[in-house]
Amino acid sequence: MAIQHVPLIRPERGHALALLREMLRIRRFEEKTAELYQMGKIRGFLHLYDGEEAVAVGAIRVLTPEDAIVATYREHGQALVRGLPMGCLMAEMYGKGNGCSRGRGGSMHFFDVAHRFYGGHGIVGSGLAFAVGLALADKLRDEKRVTACLFGDGAVAEGIFHESLNLAALWKLPVLFLCENNLYAMGTGIERALSETDIALKARSYAIPAEVVDGMDVLAVEAATIRAADAVRHGKGPVFLEARTYRFRGHSMADPQLYRSKEEVAEWMKRDPITNFEERLRDWGLLSDSDVRDMEGSISAEIDAAVAFAEAGPWEPVEDLTRYVTSR
Amino acid sequence: MLKMTYREAVRSALREALRNDPRVFIMGEDVGRYGGYYAVTHGLLEEFGPERIRDTPLSEAAYVGAGIGAAVNGMRPIVEVTTINFSLLALDQILNSAATIRYMSGGQLNIPLVVRMATGAGRQLAAQHSHSLEGWYAHIPGISVLTPATVADARGLLLAALNEPDPVFIFEHATLYPLEGEVDEDTGPAKIGEATVRRAGDQVTLVTYGGSLGKTMEAAGQLADEGIEAEVIDLRSLRPLDMATILASVEKTHRAVVVDEAWRTGSFAGEVGAQIMEGGFDLLDWPVQRVCSAEVPMPYAKHLEEAALPQAGTIVQVVKEMFQ
Repeated sequence: MAIQHVPLIRPERGHALALLREMLRIRRFEEKTAELYQMGKIRGFLHLYDGEEAVAVGAIRVLTPEDAIVATYREHGQALVRGLPMGCLMAEMYGKGNGCSRGRGGSMHFFDVAHRFYGGHGIVGSGLAFAVGLALADKLRDEKRVTACLFGDGAVAEGIFHESLNLAALWKLPVLFLCENNLYAMGTGIERALSETDIALKARSYAIPAEVVDGMDVLAVEAATIRAADAVRHGKGPVFLEARTYRFRGHSMADPQLYRSKEEVAEWMKRDPITNFEERLRDWGLLSDSDVRDMEGSISAEIDAAVAFAEAGPWEPVEDLTRYVTSR
Repeated sequence: MLKMTYREAVRSALREALRNDPRVFIMGEDVGRYGGYYAVTHGLLEEFGPERIRDTPLSEAAYVGAGIGAAVNGMRPIVEVTTINFSLLALDQILNSAATIRYMSGGQLNIPLVVRMATGAGRQLAAQHSHSLEGWYAHIPGISVLTPATVADARGLLLAALNEPDPVFIFEHATLYPLEGEVDEDTGPAKIGEATVRRAGDQVTLVTYGGSLGKTMEAAGQLADEGIEAEVIDLRSLRPLDMATILASVEKTHRAVVVDEAWRTGSFAGEVGAQIMEGGFDLLDWPVQRVCSAEVPMPYAKHLEEAALPQAGTIVQVVKEMFQ
């Protein structure tokens, strides 16, 4: 299925700046985490979202606080946009007790019930079934809430993807499936993994309305998500969005990227969702140099505060090692 | 007291839960219109309707995963996975989600989920419908593993599971469904994590659970005829495991045999044996013995299946050797 191109409508200035700022906030936050990873402050796996920011920012901001989000192990951006405090995320990556998962999850497993942010799932595709269950509970209680489930193109090859789409469609559950198609399942290109690379088509084969959207364009993602979430909220069953995007960095910090050419990456970087949006806003006369300076300044201050929060956080006592395994 | 079958006892607990708690619903393959593969849920669709008695497609991973999500989001799902061999299709959801999400989230998410399934051999169903893998599940921290062996426990342990804030897996040995027994329907939930002495004796402790309880009781009867008084302990719960009851018995008998329908290598019987030695080495007059299944995929032919499984005769023989 082809990308649905939306006509370029000049956004309201405050809204446009908020979108830009949120994307920039993710980018700068993750640059900091990469630096801290090199310093050994953050360990384990660290999967960065550079290049894909328009997807999280476009999609998650339009959800209401009552809606739920299920994400993958590449979920820093989604968590930030959802409103999880940056300090709690940084502290989680430090493994500190003031982290959003009390140091038991790390980069891959952010959770925050207060924000209805339900992970942070590290088994590819697993979150889809979980999201179906969240939505089933809402449907059984007749709650008009949306469960937004984000996953990558890699999940599409998993059996659970097909089982979950089938179940959601069969039971008309309020799930918004959002595929962040960055063209690679770790190092395996989509054409080497899927016999049919048209992912939205697969959703349609389960009788789910599906749309392909330019995942490098925050306004396009936003517009599509508003439509999709509205349909889901009004009991029309699941909707599927495929956002075509690209990850500028490797799969994780350990990835030497032998599977793709520098030229390919460079070509995609020309479509950087942040710089392109910035340019567009300047063309529209909505953005000035001082706007950008202000944004960078406040983001930088927020990141400094987050690092300080993480640095100052306590380590969980070893006596609490088995705490939270069960409730009793 | 009411006379009922094991199958009816499970159903009686399900019906009670459905009546008393609007959050409870059942989902699984053929639980509704078909009436349940083992007829456990027969009649519930008519009483509670298709929203609460939900037939699922053959999607073990998705409906177990959906049970986890629904439990997190305020419901009290009871998921029926037809048979334990099929549960392997949902093992990722069970281990990587049900058992870990609470911990991984720093205690923020609770998963009050009950999953029931049939386990075990004895009905000539061959190698893809007959195994006893509950010991594998007992390996996993974060979940409870219950193995009701009596009609009363079929009801009492299920009611107890429905009071737990965390995931509980109930393994019902498929040969037990027609078993008859007496149940007091006014009796509430059993206590999870308590083993029980099914027959008192002071010369050898026979530890077992689930479908092997009947054979073990039979063996204890034969041993008594030959002058050996065996104490039979029904574990009822593999996780949490009640070692206190086992060790109290071994303190009296100084000999222990564990009877477990799983394969011997890596079996739960091995775990019980190890814990007896860790906690009661000085009590033992004889090495802990195990009676398990032969290390074969379960064969179809009746005589081969019987030969593969623990039998009363084998238990008697193993015990007698301990007294030579």
